[in-house]
Amino acid sequence: MMARASGERTLRGRVAVVGIGETDYYRHGESSDPEFKLALKAILAACSDAGLDPREIDGFSSYSDDRSDAGRLAAALGTRRLSTTTMQWGGGGGGCCAAVANAAASIVAGLADCVVVFRSLAQGQYGRFGQTGGIGTVSGERAYLMPYGVLAPPQRFAMRVRRYMHEHGVRQEAMQAIALASYHHAQSNPRAVMFGKPLDPEKYNASRWIAEPFHLFDCCMENDGAAAIILVPEERAGDFRNKPAYILGAATGAGYRSGAIPHNSPQYASASFETLAPALYRMAGIRPADVDVVQSYENFTGGVVMALAEHGFFKPEEANDFLVVDNLIAPSGRLPLNTSGGNLAECYMHGFELVIEAVRQIRGRSVNQVKCNDVAMVIGGPMVTPASNLLLGSGATL
Amino acid sequence: MSGSPRAAYLPDGLPIPVPENDGLSAPYWAGLQQNRLLVQRCPHCTTWQFGPEWLCHHCHSFDVEWTEIEPRGRIFSWERVWSPSHDALRGRGPYLAVLVELPHAGHVRMVGNLLGDPLQTVIIGTDVQGVFEHHHDSVPRYSLLHWTNHRMKAVR
Repeated sequence: MMARASGERTLRGRVAVVGIGETDYYRHGESSDPEFKLALKAILAACSDAGLDPREIDGFSSYSDDRSDAGRLAAALGTRRLSTTTMQWGGGGGGCCAAVANAAASIVAGLADCVVVFRSLAQGQYGRFGQTGGIGTVSGERAYLMPYGVLAPPQRFAMRVRRYMHEHGVRQEAMQAIALASYHHAQSNPRAVMFGKPLDPEKYNASRWIAEPFHLFDCCMENDGAAAIILVPEERAGDFRNKPAYILGAATGAGYRSGAIPHNSPQYASASFETLAPALYRMAGIRPADVDVVQSYENFTGGVVMALAEHGFFKPEEANDFLVVDNLIAPSGRLPLNTSGGNLAECYMHGFELVIEAVRQIRGRSVNQVKCNDVAMVIGGPMVTPASNLLLGSGATL
Repeated sequence: MSGSPRAAYLPDGLPIPVPENDGLSAPYWAGLQQNRLLVQRCPHCTTWQFGPEWLCHHCHSFDVEWTEIEPRGRIFSWERVWSPSHDALRGRGPYLAVLVELPHAGHVRMVGNLLGDPLQTVIIGTDVQGVFEHHHDSVPRYSLLHWTNHRMKAVR
């Protein structure tokens, strides 16, 4: 780990996560609570976890077109002073780490003192994410895809993963291993929607194709629920109940013309981290070998393969050898991955459940706790633009 | 689809492509209805661009022109879709979608369906020929561009 140069612009060590909160996690459409109420519940749970009066929150940060308006949240919570409201552009989970970075940046810049970052979803109330029915005409990017039956997210990403497999010789088994690791971890996580529903290779292989090369179990779930974290300046990190998790680094964005539609990104066979991964490591002052545990957003398992390679854990040509179940499971795998079950098997909270699990790992409180737990990585939204990533560390890393 | 010489690859009822309100892609969609494939090319720096944008991404000229090109290319990637994600597709699967690159037009890529047996073996790098599919009876009317590898084989 490197010391910070004086005057360097960085988030490293300057903001701490002091509270985490979740609602119960539900299957898609099964929450009896409205989406806004879920957001409030998660925020209050995070405050309770921290031992913080919710009225002290002075900022709200979210992503993926969250519908829980910050002004309404502030009014509902009795927020005394509202100081920052940020929303990361982009759908899906590309902003799950960027929302944390935006909140942290607000704190470091002196705009706010205590920011909650959250995501809330009630898909029964608002319709399924990526729903494609009831649309008469389409324009823009969707016009070049939807009339050809390329409508839902798996169809939009399967060709990207197929090209990656073609270029690097990645086999289906590498993707299978990611699904198996997630389900393995979910079996010791009672919060997980897939708790009590183990997965094995036979079941994976026998599952229906959604869009080749994605089996059913390569695709994330759709769920209802909410999750939130509380951020404060480093100076206040010790004022709260739990062991703080410090932000070591964060990055958001994408490389050259990553958003060129339709499917015209120059680095098409990519998860869009070619610029973000170096930026993240540079800010955090660490290398891939320093990372103890990774939570990597799985819209689809193929995106995880790309994202992990682009973060330097292995070369794409090594994916088949690296991505085996033993390497990916806690406590002792080479790179324990998605230790709560993640989007595939815990709950699809657009990746915010991954941020919470990373904090739990730093605290030493995961149900699938890794042995070394000083550095936890979160990777958000592979294959989308913008994407984002995050490194959290214990006090020992500062 | 009455009056059309060939059945559509996918059933009617999927969203109909239309230009944006600002008209950016109008020449492309109008071209398909006339059996013409139009792609943007910058007259100043010769950069090809697809999908369309109001300026050239390379030299930032706003004078990007639409250029007619031959509808041929090669398969860059593909997917076989089994799970219907739209009511119009229920009972229709599987079907093939391909991403085709056009080496003679700056390697721009476009998505279409690969005509023929949906269970055929698809090989990345295969040469394919464009096939226009007209929905002249639709409201609004529109046309799509699909791909086939059969005609290329016949030529050889």
